[in-house]
Amino acid sequence: MTFLRTAVNAQRKARGEEDLSAADFLKIIRAKAKALKIDADMLKRPVNVGFSGGEKKRNEILQMAMLEPKMCILDETDSGLDVDAMKLVSEGVNALRDAGRSFLVITHYQRLLDHIKPDVVHIMADGRIIKSGGPELALEVEHNGYADILAEVN
Amino acid sequence: MALPQAKQTATEERLAALTMPDAGCTRKAREAALARVREMGLPSRRDEYWKYTRPDTLVSAEALPAAVFHTDEPMLFNEFDRLKIVFVDGVFSPDASDDLKLEGVTIDRLEDICCKDIHWAKELYGVLEANGQTPVPRPLAALNTAFASDGVAIHVTGKPSKPISLIYRHESETSDAILHHIVRVESGAEVTILENGPAASRFNKCMEIDIADGGKLHHVRAQGRDHQRRSATHMFTRMGQESVYKSFTLTVNGVLTRNEQVIELTGDDAMAHVAGACVGDGDFLHDDTVFVTHDAVNCESRQVFKKVLRNGATGVFQGKILVKEGAQKTDGYQISQSLLLDDDSQFLAKPELEIYADDVACSHGSTSGAIDETALFYLRSRGVPTEDATDMLTLAFLAEAVEEIEDEDLAGVIVSRLQDWLARRR
Repeated sequence: MTFLRTAVNAQRKARGEEDLSAADFLKIIRAKAKALKIDADMLKRPVNVGFSGGEKKRNEILQMAMLEPKMCILDETDSGLDVDAMKLVSEGVNALRDAGRSFLVITHYQRLLDHIKPDVVHIMADGRIIKSGGPELALEVEHNGYADILAEVN
Repeated sequence: MALPQAKQTATEERLAALTMPDAGCTRKAREAALARVREMGLPSRRDEYWKYTRPDTLVSAEALPAAVFHTDEPMLFNEFDRLKIVFVDGVFSPDASDDLKLEGVTIDRLEDICCKDIHWAKELYGVLEANGQTPVPRPLAALNTAFASDGVAIHVTGKPSKPISLIYRHESETSDAILHHIVRVESGAEVTILENGPAASRFNKCMEIDIADGGKLHHVRAQGRDHQRRSATHMFTRMGQESVYKSFTLTVNGVLTRNEQVIELTGDDAMAHVAGACVGDGDFLHDDTVFVTHDAVNCESRQVFKKVLRNGATGVFQGKILVKEGAQKTDGYQISQSLLLDDDSQFLAKPELEIYADDVACSHGSTSGAIDETALFYLRSRGVPTEDATDMLTLAFLAEAVEEIEDEDLAGVIVSRLQDWLARRR
């Protein structure tokens, strides 16, 4: 929690905003943690004391919610998450979506995209974007696999 | 066997500088302790037990002067309701102390016990210290028993409503204090004892603690910020069945500190936890020497010592768990770790286990390392400045030791002192 507060205030300073007071910070973090089902004990845990995989993910989303970055890169956020946890994480992401913020979501599966509706989908192969489209492109891949697209490009 | 000449000379020189107080009922114990000192001789750097810590300045006839540190910072524990017992340069100060009356406990000054022929403390004075001389001699503790000039006897019969707080003020640059306390916690009684302050330019303190069946003692101590002070402390603890002893020590600064903890678990199902957090900078040597003896069934002991060192500071840990024959189902744990913030500091550790029972779980570990670069990167990637990130990781490193303090408020003030240290030392 100390870590998050320091990080939040460092970010605010960089943006030329006032520091959050301890009380305000507590109020905000408690509300956001509750939404992500992170209990108070977990907030108190020292920075480097064992978090499980799912706890780490939720913690990352909490950090994102607190730090409010302009650009978020979520690299395979869905790996190692069960269905419920994925829903929580997605809700965290959706809550942050607005016109002033971009998300780059990297995933192997359509599953996550049921929860986080993408604006644009890019398909990447061998380090190059080989096809771009709307959300329907991800659905197409889910049904037909990548083979068609790869053949089309080659 | 006769002592080596140099050791005998050094011992006699030290003894010549001391006078035994008029001792009443403790006289016999004091004379026996003096005989022990003569037999063992005072420590010298050739002794195995003093291999990492040079005892010269602790045993010299005269104490080296130490500047008194002045600060506007309020004394530790000031915000707590507690019974204050104040010693100034090792002398009890009735004016600064509270009235020594509290329900569930009786407190007597050593001086008063000395005038009485019969007193409960007589059964303990020098007894646990004498027991603790085998298998490893601790001559400075025997010297303390023989020559202690002040101290208190705390007899806990109930559950006092507030902690008993021993405060050691350092006001004279040339003070050389020897204090001896005796604590007896009766069956089912429970008490918290706080100690804080640098005490004197040179401080030799011995505390003998006897915890009866089901008794509980919580001990939290901090050793002050005076940098030039030197101290050697001993705590001898004997524990009955289902008794609990938890001790935590915070050391920030101090050119030389040797803290010995000698614990004997003599009743079944007892639990002893000793922990320490020390942060040292520059000309600083801190030595934790711990000896835990399991002599009963199903007891648990934990030793958790963490040291943060920089600018050539030295940390020492000598910890031992001895499990006697028949002490089955022992659960012994020992960890000593150092965080070295630069290449000039060093940590010297001697973890030991000696086990004569076949159904026990004992573990020990010792590590020395720098700040984890990956963790530092993680924090910095979230926008935390490097210095703040380093402090955060340092506090997280110390957390396991601080967590041994049961009372959350006490743990909180210890953490804030550690934060202050980190902030000052940039």
